[in-house]
Amino acid sequence: MSSRTGFLHILLTTAIALLLTIVPLPQVINMARPDWMLLLVIYWSLNAAFLTGLTYAWLCGLTIDALVGGLIGQHALAFVLVATIAQHFQFRIRVFPVLHQAFVVLLLVIIYKFMLFWIDGIVGAATTSWLRWLPALIGALLWPLLVAVLDTSARSVR
Amino acid sequence: MARFGSDTRPIIGRGPSLVARFLLLAAISIGLMVADHRNNYLTKLRNIMSAGIYPAHWLVDAPFRASSWLMSSFADRDQLRNENARLAAQVRDLQVSVQRLAAVTAENQRLRELGEATEDITKKRMVAQIMHVDLDPLRHRVLLNKGQSDGVFKGQPILDAHGVFGQITQVGRYTSEAILISDPEHAIPVRVNRSGLRTIAAGTGNLNKLNMPFLTGEADIKVGDLLISSGLGGIFPAGYPVGIVTRMERNPAETFATVEARPLAKLDSDYEVVLIWYQPPSIEPAITPATITNTPVSVEALESGANSDQKPDAASSSTTGTPAAKPKATSSGTGSSTRPTP
Repeated sequence: MSSRTGFLHILLTTAIALLLTIVPLPQVINMARPDWMLLLVIYWSLNAAFLTGLTYAWLCGLTIDALVGGLIGQHALAFVLVATIAQHFQFRIRVFPVLHQAFVVLLLVIIYKFMLFWIDGIVGAATTSWLRWLPALIGALLWPLLVAVLDTSARSVR
Repeated sequence: MARFGSDTRPIIGRGPSLVARFLLLAAISIGLMVADHRNNYLTKLRNIMSAGIYPAHWLVDAPFRASSWLMSSFADRDQLRNENARLAAQVRDLQVSVQRLAAVTAENQRLRELGEATEDITKKRMVAQIMHVDLDPLRHRVLLNKGQSDGVFKGQPILDAHGVFGQITQVGRYTSEAILISDPEHAIPVRVNRSGLRTIAAGTGNLNKLNMPFLTGEADIKVGDLLISSGLGGIFPAGYPVGIVTRMERNPAETFATVEARPLAKLDSDYEVVLIWYQPPSIEPAITPATITNTPVSVEALESGANSDQKPDAASSSTTGTPAAKPKATSSGTGSSTRPTP
């Protein structure tokens, strides 16, 4: 597969994740909405880091900043941090079994959430509700499904 | 696992290291955050970003707009007739209750002029739709479909049919972000309608609850009291309903009483809200014989009161035309008194 189709594939999945991030859901489910964009960035950081690099993660974070409001750069910083960790350990994490990977993803999303929580706290408006951490759990639970879907789509593109 | 190409390993020595790239991007992000938080340097960037993201917001909102359009185009006749009858009855009721408004407003205006206190004047209204887009669930924010191109500005007050809704926090090219009065970062200066007691109602993060943290046990407030905006913050015009007191507990052991209120605006089920432009009361009122003898509010006020939602432009043009808007215009010309209001 050429890097050109790889780029197209990445762009397409990013656009879908972007829409999933803002599509309206009932209040209860909205609280548990997984961070699709972050999961995608983790996936591509593990599987195509040579194509995406950190800039992709940074741009995705900026997009989330524009999309959901808040400080510009907040999500961008958290995304870059997670992508750096993921890319540093990519060769190790990639050979983990999927359930083991899901656990790593849980840790990564918690790091991401903590980063956002921390910045919120510095700015002065941190919500301390435990619901803040729920999307991390949901994201980890959905990780095997996400890997299955993205792997299948990558194979069909190839 | 998907793998693109045979070699996923970066060639050693190619480009800066992972840590260096991370530090660079992190530094840029932190710089952006500081610039955004400290002073509003990034208005331009935010504007561009919001315009860039607009297609996504538009696309997600589109099915909802389409479905409401379909519903209205294919509504059956009985349903339309029922709705029409209901609306007609509502208009009649509203007009009856508004009949004395003109006289009362005129009287109020005269009394205020005697006391040399001017009232704030609503200059323009605009209906905005809340877009069907979910923002951060931890903060009570909504996206409106009006932006800089419609003249929306930061800090603009928003009302709905029942009371104060919130204010604009960020303005984009075509959209703007609003904070609800129930957001924990929001507080609104209010007055108890019955006793005139002034306090502050802060959001709690719960859509149905406002909190009034600064009331002592002796405060003259009780369950069922109506809270109206006091106009002191300079953002919200005075006199609009904000909430109803639902809980009042005096604990002798504590300095402050626990007072809670329920917002009157339908924060969770609104689809349309009203943006308003108003002129805050000026501190140098002018008394001209013309404004005293005139009855300032006429038929236009009746119309604007009853049909404000349907005809925002007509209402705005008529309100600016009434003598009610005069004191500001004449104040510089006459310069009769420059005493501040008591």
